[in-house]
Amino acid sequence: MIQRFLPLIVTMMVLVVGFLLCAVQFPNFASLRVVGNLLTDNAFVGIAAAGMTFVILSGGIDLSVGAVIGFTTVLLAVLIEQAGLHPAVAFAVALAVATGFGAAMGAVIHWFQMPPFIVTLAGMFIARGVSFVLTTDSIPINHPLYSDLNDVAWRFAAGGRLSLPAMLMLGVFGLSMLLAHWTRFGANIYALGGNRHSAELMGVPVARTTVAVYALSGLLAGLAGIVFSLYTGAGYSLAATGVELDTITAVVIGGTQLTGGYGLVLGTFGGVLIQGLIQTYITFDGTMSSWWTKIAIGVLLFVFILLQKGLLAVWSDRGGEPAEA
Amino acid sequence: MTLSSSALRRNLPQCGALIAVLLANWLLFPDFFSIRVQDGRLFGSLIDVMNRGAPVALLAIGMTMVIATRGVDLSVGAVMAISGAIAATMTQAGWSLPPVLLVSLGAGLLCGLWNGVLVAVLRIQPIIATLILMVAGRGIAQLITEGQIVTFVSPGLAAIGSGAVLTVPTPVVLTAATLAVTALLVRATALGLMIESVGVNRLSSAYAGVNTPVILIAVYVWCGLCAAVAGLIVTADIRGADANNAGLWLELDAILAVVVGGTSLLGGRFGLLMSIVGAAIIQAMNTGILLSGFKPEFNLIVKAAVLMVVLLAQSPALSLLLPRPRSPANALPIAAKVTSNAPGKAHKEGSAQ
Amino acid sequence: MTNPHAPPLLAIRGLSKAFLGVQALDGVDFTLRHGEIHALLGENGAGKSTLIKTLTGVYQRDGGTIALNGAEIAPRSVEDAQRLNIGTVYQEVNLLPNLSVAENLFLGRQPMRFGLVDRAAMRRRARAILDGYGLSIDVAAPLQRFSVATQQIVAIARAVDMSAKVLILDEPTASLDAQEVAVLFDVMRGLKARGIGIVFVTHFLDQVYAVCDRITVLRNGRLVGERRTADLPRLDLVAMMLGRELEAAAHRLAQPTEVDESAPPLLRFQGVGKARSVAPFDLDIRPGEVVGLAGLLGSGRTETARLAFGVDRADSGTITVDGAPVALRGPREAIRLGFGYCPEDRKKEGIVGELSVRENIILALQARQGWLNPIPRRRQEEIADRFIRLLDIRTPDAERPIQLLSGGNQQKALLARWLATEPRFLILDEPTRGIDVGAHAEIIRLIERLCADGMALLVVSSELEEIVAYSRRVVVLRDRHHVAALTGEDVCVERIVAAIASESSPPVAEARP
Repeated sequence: MIQRFLPLIVTMMVLVVGFLLCAVQFPNFASLRVVGNLLTDNAFVGIAAAGMTFVILSGGIDLSVGAVIGFTTVLLAVLIEQAGLHPAVAFAVALAVATGFGAAMGAVIHWFQMPPFIVTLAGMFIARGVSFVLTTDSIPINHPLYSDLNDVAWRFAAGGRLSLPAMLMLGVFGLSMLLAHWTRFGANIYALGGNRHSAELMGVPVARTTVAVYALSGLLAGLAGIVFSLYTGAGYSLAATGVELDTITAVVIGGTQLTGGYGLVLGTFGGVLIQGLIQTYITFDGTMSSWWTKIAIGVLLFVFILLQKGLLAVWSDRGGEPAEA
Repeated sequence: MTLSSSALRRNLPQCGALIAVLLANWLLFPDFFSIRVQDGRLFGSLIDVMNRGAPVALLAIGMTMVIATRGVDLSVGAVMAISGAIAATMTQAGWSLPPVLLVSLGAGLLCGLWNGVLVAVLRIQPIIATLILMVAGRGIAQLITEGQIVTFVSPGLAAIGSGAVLTVPTPVVLTAATLAVTALLVRATALGLMIESVGVNRLSSAYAGVNTPVILIAVYVWCGLCAAVAGLIVTADIRGADANNAGLWLELDAILAVVVGGTSLLGGRFGLLMSIVGAAIIQAMNTGILLSGFKPEFNLIVKAAVLMVVLLAQSPALSLLLPRPRSPANALPIAAKVTSNAPGKAHKEGSAQ
Repeated sequence: MTNPHAPPLLAIRGLSKAFLGVQALDGVDFTLRHGEIHALLGENGAGKSTLIKTLTGVYQRDGGTIALNGAEIAPRSVEDAQRLNIGTVYQEVNLLPNLSVAENLFLGRQPMRFGLVDRAAMRRRARAILDGYGLSIDVAAPLQRFSVATQQIVAIARAVDMSAKVLILDEPTASLDAQEVAVLFDVMRGLKARGIGIVFVTHFLDQVYAVCDRITVLRNGRLVGERRTADLPRLDLVAMMLGRELEAAAHRLAQPTEVDESAPPLLRFQGVGKARSVAPFDLDIRPGEVVGLAGLLGSGRTETARLAFGVDRADSGTITVDGAPVALRGPREAIRLGFGYCPEDRKKEGIVGELSVRENIILALQARQGWLNPIPRRRQEEIADRFIRLLDIRTPDAERPIQLLSGGNQQKALLARWLATEPRFLILDEPTRGIDVGAHAEIIRLIERLCADGMALLVVSSELEEIVAYSRRVVVLRDRHHVAALTGEDVCVERIVAAIASESSPPVAEARP
């Protein structure tokens, strides 16, 4: 039991210890305001990372999420500002397009037996390319609903607020945990990541699950795009470049095996917050430079990959023959 | 780099595609092939294609061998940023060219060694192993430049980016030289054979006595070196190091070039020259889109389309539907033999493990 | 306990299946009764796997009928077979190691409450099911935490709980130790008492006699016969499996070369073994000597070969070469000592498929010389052409990818790979497996020629006549133990068969010749 949760425990310990270190160093750190901002600032990454968790659990990878987020912001801007659609309609259209896009990639991956890495790379090119074709400018979105939505927040008595994006992210993680651990679909995803062939023999609908996983990732990337456009109030084709890396990193730091089959959605939440915490720390410090974020995250990635490698070796030493090479 | 007739036939699609793209450019832009000499340096659209394509071509050289071992190196863009950052920062600090080059290339080598050890010794999947440096590498580059765009004035270093050797732009010369050295290294020694052997079947190779970890480390080291050279060129060209943007997403272009060049992502046979052709196709398309007055924004979509077409052509699912003519002359009897072997395998009883 | 007039649980009649002209099953009959454990036996290529896969819907039959309780069935997929109450448990447990025991038991049919998986109920029911098998384990823990034996029982529990009436156990004991086997047998007997029919595939004869009611033997895709276990002496069973009339057992065909007994052995294994692989054994091999390793599939033959080449590392014993102890850390050390190894699984461990015949032939030599010291192209071609001629490798030219060659020619090219390194000691694991008759004879002649040249050989083969023909000494393995070493007049098929069939006796280390 402990072994299954060990990566999660390590992730959460890193998070807590990190937070405590920050709190010791900066007197204002341990406040609801900082926590609220941490959640808000990382909401879109978190939502996309939840989707990435499912993809990686199933043994795949989705490089297109950053591009899909960028595309969604552009699409929303074009639909709302240029086509005059109501944001609610635009949201629905954007979510549908993003979901369909993910499903299409999943279909190509399954039926053409192509590596997810390369299919979603092409998907990334396409999504970015289409956003560039739509517009290369940053289009501000001035619809009143946007400012209304941005005002929606749960305000704490002690200062600070839980914004709509933050609430959305928490909701997404809640639902994702439900999906991963309390539905047959979730079990099928783990099964696929554990061993595709065995899963098939045990009656898991492999095709449907694969397509659904990428569709889900697309849907959540679309939602992340909506959140990002709320957050920035604009649509920009270069928005969220590299977010696919941030999400993959969050998933790994969250204790999920990149090879699939092992991991917990809650861990990804921790991974997102650890990344956010590092950034917040550096902002608070003021003298430290932003590049330490990347280095620190790289080091964490390395440590977690080694940790998982070690755990897997410990788990499977029973009767396992070391392959010679 | 032996081009036997079958190799030529295999490479026909890529060469044809390159010629088609060049011809299309020529149709859109009649001056495309005109070349003139100015200030002791060649100028012209074609030269431009080669010059601009040099960094991706360099990356593609290293990436080809990594992919031939069934791996991939996502960190080359970050390694470019590191080597560029080192070169610019050291030059700005007053170092002369030789130590600057030595340290920059040495950094690339170290990065490659790191990747190679993760893949070969710790047996981490290549995508994951190189992801670490992809993320952290850019931070390291920024650490070196301290987040600034470091500019320098050193005619020596700048010449690597914008100079010319016998009228040929230095980046083109460097790429050609790297290609020549690499080709010599893999084809004049047994390295090429072992790389392909490891890529096709790591287990069989190990049982035949091939030192698979050393081979794997070597290809990642070489890939790191190539990336360092590419980083130097980019830095020298803009006379500055931008740790944030140098080489950004170029790893994807390099992978694309290798795949378009016909080296399979599943490892095995590789063609260095064909990867360069792949890089040239990509760059010529970029230039063509620019010349034709289309928005450069279409670049990515075209790239994606090319990638999908090439991949679909390689897809195992599709090749079942359309049997690929490998060598049309005598394919049939052999093919029949192969398939008649397969079921023997299929109904074989469980092995005696 | 069953009405003799009621139809049997499962009746297969005249089952045929061919793969592109290769007849894998040829008019096979098989009958499984209610509440019976029925051993399905046969050596490689006998057709056991094909029979099982046809029964479980993986393959579609070409001819014949399958009747379940008298009603004809035609399973088209694994799920189809499951719906028809035919469950299968394979040797490599086809469950998901990353999921919990409970999830494995209930994947795809989890108990639901309010539209969500009722995990508590799932765990409760999983515990209840496993209690029935005398297994009290933490059902929430991932499956991989448990031994293969436990995993097997979970797989059986899943199959049975999905209302299996016919349970197929395909080599479930291959990686279990004696205690685990005993537990599994208790489970099987329990199921038998519940009227479930069990098809039991195994290579261990002791186990057949311990638990099976009936035995059906297949050979080369045909039915050899069905017997009651009680009526079939062990020796007869082995004869059925190997397809020989013992009276006419072949004696050695050729006189093996004389070997100087007083000469120090080239190789000496003393107490070399590896847990769960092969029990510690002693073995001496002299120059010019062919030692045959005989035994049924899974008896430890291949494991012995792998230890000898350093592919697997022994966890006990010492190996000496020319009197000096060596640490066989891997194939590269073995090659440096002048060893060579043609593995059993040619495709996965032998050939480098996409590379040419020439490259495959020179690979080991080149690897030993190091990458910096390339064999010139012309020399490579000379070597390749020489061996293509010498071994009569049928290929249009040396540049053809080796994967396009037939199995026999691939095998010859692999032999050429090692001969090019001029080895002192060559290990051949099933060198004639899946090879047509012509190439077969050539490879045997080649083995004889090699040992005449002073090379030492260790040959694993299921073809007893073949082993008898070229071996000066035959080591017989059973249940992962070296149980006998035959020399001189004793090297004959009947003695080998007798040693294979001998009752489980305390394992003896190899008697010195």
